[in-house]
Amino acid sequence: MLKGFQRPVRPVGGGTKRWLPVREEEPLETGALNRILEHNVGDFTAVLEAGVPFAEAQRTFAEHGQRIAWDPPDPGGATVGGIVATADSGPLRHRYGGVRDLVVGINVVLSDGTVAKAGGKVIKNVAGYDLAKLFAGSFGTLGLIGSVAVRLHPLPERTASVVIEHHNPDQLLEEVLTLSRRPLEADKFDVTWSGGHGRILLEFSGASAVDQAGRVGQVSDVDWGEVRGLQRGAVVVKVSGRPTDLPKVIRAADDHSGTLVSRAGLGLTWIALQSADSVAAIRAELAPRHCTVLDGADTGQWPQDVPGHVVMERLKARFDPARIFRPGSFVGGI
Amino acid sequence: MDGRVVEELSRIVGTEWTYTAEHQLRTYESDGLLQYRGTPACALLPSTAEEVQAIVQVCARESIPWVARGAGSGLSGGALPVKDGVLIVLTRMKRILEIDLDNGRVCVEPGVTNANVSAAVGPAFFYPPDPSSQIVCSIGGNVAENSGGAHCFKYGFTTNYVTGLELVLGDGELVQIGGYELDSPGYDLLGAFVGSEGTLGVATKIWLRVVPSPETVKTLVAFFDSTHAAGEAVSQIVQGGVVPGAIEMMDARTIEASEQMAHAGYPVGRAAALLVELDGSQHECDARFDEVVSICEGCGSDDVRVARDEAERALFWKTRKAAFPAMGRISPNYFVQDGVIPRTKLPEVLERIEQLGEEYGLIVANVFHAGDGNLHPLVCYDGRVEGEAERAEELSGLILDACLDAGGSITGEHGVGVDKKKHMPKMFAEADLDAFQRLRCAFDPAGLANPGKVMPTPRLCGEVPGPYRVHPLEAAGLAERF
Ligand SMILES: Cc1cc2nc3c(=O)[nH]c(=O)nc-3n(C[C@H](O)[C@H](O)[C@H](O)COP(=O)(O)OP(=O)(O)OC[C@H]3O[C@@H](n4cnc5c(N)ncnc54)[C@H](O)[C@@H]3O)c2cc1C
Repeated sequence: MLKGFQRPVRPVGGGTKRWLPVREEEPLETGALNRILEHNVGDFTAVLEAGVPFAEAQRTFAEHGQRIAWDPPDPGGATVGGIVATADSGPLRHRYGGVRDLVVGINVVLSDGTVAKAGGKVIKNVAGYDLAKLFAGSFGTLGLIGSVAVRLHPLPERTASVVIEHHNPDQLLEEVLTLSRRPLEADKFDVTWSGGHGRILLEFSGASAVDQAGRVGQVSDVDWGEVRGLQRGAVVVKVSGRPTDLPKVIRAADDHSGTLVSRAGLGLTWIALQSADSVAAIRAELAPRHCTVLDGADTGQWPQDVPGHVVMERLKARFDPARIFRPGSFVGGI
Repeated sequence: MDGRVVEELSRIVGTEWTYTAEHQLRTYESDGLLQYRGTPACALLPSTAEEVQAIVQVCARESIPWVARGAGSGLSGGALPVKDGVLIVLTRMKRILEIDLDNGRVCVEPGVTNANVSAAVGPAFFYPPDPSSQIVCSIGGNVAENSGGAHCFKYGFTTNYVTGLELVLGDGELVQIGGYELDSPGYDLLGAFVGSEGTLGVATKIWLRVVPSPETVKTLVAFFDSTHAAGEAVSQIVQGGVVPGAIEMMDARTIEASEQMAHAGYPVGRAAALLVELDGSQHECDARFDEVVSICEGCGSDDVRVARDEAERALFWKTRKAAFPAMGRISPNYFVQDGVIPRTKLPEVLERIEQLGEEYGLIVANVFHAGDGNLHPLVCYDGRVEGEAERAEELSGLILDACLDAGGSITGEHGVGVDKKKHMPKMFAEADLDAFQRLRCAFDPAGLANPGKVMPTPRLCGEVPGPYRVHPLEAAGLAERF
């Protein structure tokens, strides 16, 4: 179908990321690719077409006590393909890794009509190049994701959360680092900050979740949906940093009346801002860390001077020779 | 190779680190898979990234193929030298450059051994991917092969731990991708490079994630009367929501051979042994360990041995890790296979392997990472018997077919290299291989990095865009354009 296509196209999943800059692109809806091709219960794997609603996939897996360990914010209308293409992630990333870490195989359609696959549907496999990782987070610029094979995990029988409050960024970091050095095996380990008010949030799972949590602090209820929601806003800047950057990132957010949520053990932070006017200043304050604008980017979504750019250019040229997949919309004008 | 080029190369690393004599090159003619041999024009042992870069630049200018080599422990012929090419040996680059435990990172040169990374951050932290060869194999080799280990069912593979790479690309350019931070904007070049078997460039610096050592470790070995029963125990353990640190199975022949070497008091004659290790928080291990014991008993094990101390745990592991070398005691020669299957297909695939062994009149011993379905059938043969090696090789291939029929893969951790490239078309269609080649061309357009590996037939990169030019390898009849 794509063969001979000349006009730029934009793969569309659930259409939940309306903030993505839209150019003169023909939408390519994946909604009809909506089958769960396999759920191999005993093997904890599944093969899903790109247009499968994420929530529906999770419901299917939950019937068998399983899940894909992804919890992106507002998963309501998101499709599996959309999550893979944007590499969207939530608090569970702390324990289970990102989208890239759970996709074990992929089928793609390239702009010259080539339909290709890579990986497989077993959880361990090193045959051939790992194209699934290349397409995860490629924002639809390399080709169309047709289907993915994913690794599943058991749904925990029990979870328990802990909240530790800290209103001084430096003390907060001290505590985060102390916790990071302990062999805790938390599922989630986030920090939130809003108006001078900070919280460290952890979630434990498993047969002894309550005991594990109890060793860290007072077991309390946490609305994790709300925590994930902090990754969305009018304008959101994602900072690729180090855990020890946290006080600096918090101060940068405070200076611009932003709120934030950080994957404290990973060094990734999402700052939600009122307007795009503060983006340049935040970038300058946090340099050389890369800041990517997620929600609310008209232009300047991507940071400048990204290392490896020459290879990325060549990848684009090889995989999308017709240059029809969202041309010009990615890092460095790719 | 032109003598002047060798001289130029030797000026980069110094003459004492330039090997051209036959007796010097013999050390490097094979990797861990001894049936493949090749002699390069020279082996160079650089000590810095700049030296590696200078070597690759000369090779690019002169269109000389080159191969990177770590410790040479690979089991697919990945580091097999290209005849008359350059071999870049990275064993002198073994500095640990930085340890930052607050951020859970280490930065190392590629020649550092896997075990030395854990040693450098231990005992409080460790580096989880733990190939059995960890005392010798290099981190550069691990990156190239995306190596796993006994603990990867729970902890993941090399690709889940590499956060940054400094690379020399095929054209001699030095780039850094990623670093201490995750999610560098743009395409996931780290994901593409890890597991690329030395065909995309040389890693000259590697940033790795390290994690706190688990609070507690509990290990048991359970013996069963059939591999079927042991497989059932594996299924029940995993279905029940337990994610063991490791879960390894040995069959009767492996138990027998390993026992001869390790003297752990294993009951020779039992059909299967299951080694299960739980690690993590004390509470969780305590809660789960009894569950695992009763699953083993419920599946018919009347002999469950729990390691009482670190010494006994070490003995259990020594016995498991003795499996490959010990096989030498019951068979003069053997091939190690590395297939993967969906775990639930274990009984039928084992049956098929048994059947094939009988048909071929050869013994196949089985040892595997049961959690993730990675089988290491050891196909035993006697190389002195005319034609037996060929029959064993053929049987080895049929075992991979059985894995593919079950929905699996031709390699779980040893890589494709030269050894498995002929099997690639069984797993991947022409269009898939074409897509792989696009990736390769983006990193190494001239096709000089480890040519002849991974892809079943040599391919060149068409220019994108631009007029057609005859490639030197093509002119020499060594490759054709796809
Ligand atoms: C007894 C034994 C047990 C083993 N057990 C395991 C196991 O449990 N799990 C497992 O995964 N593997 C295992 N292996 C296989 C092997 O040890 C791994 O593949 C290992 O990662 C190879 O590392 P090396 O340094 O020896 O690499 P080499 O064999 O020297 O090279 C392997 C490949 O890496 C490339 N390469 C090396 N260094 C670089 C670099 N710096 N940049 C780019 N490319 C490079 C080479 O070109 C080659 O293609 C085992 C091997 C043996 C002999």
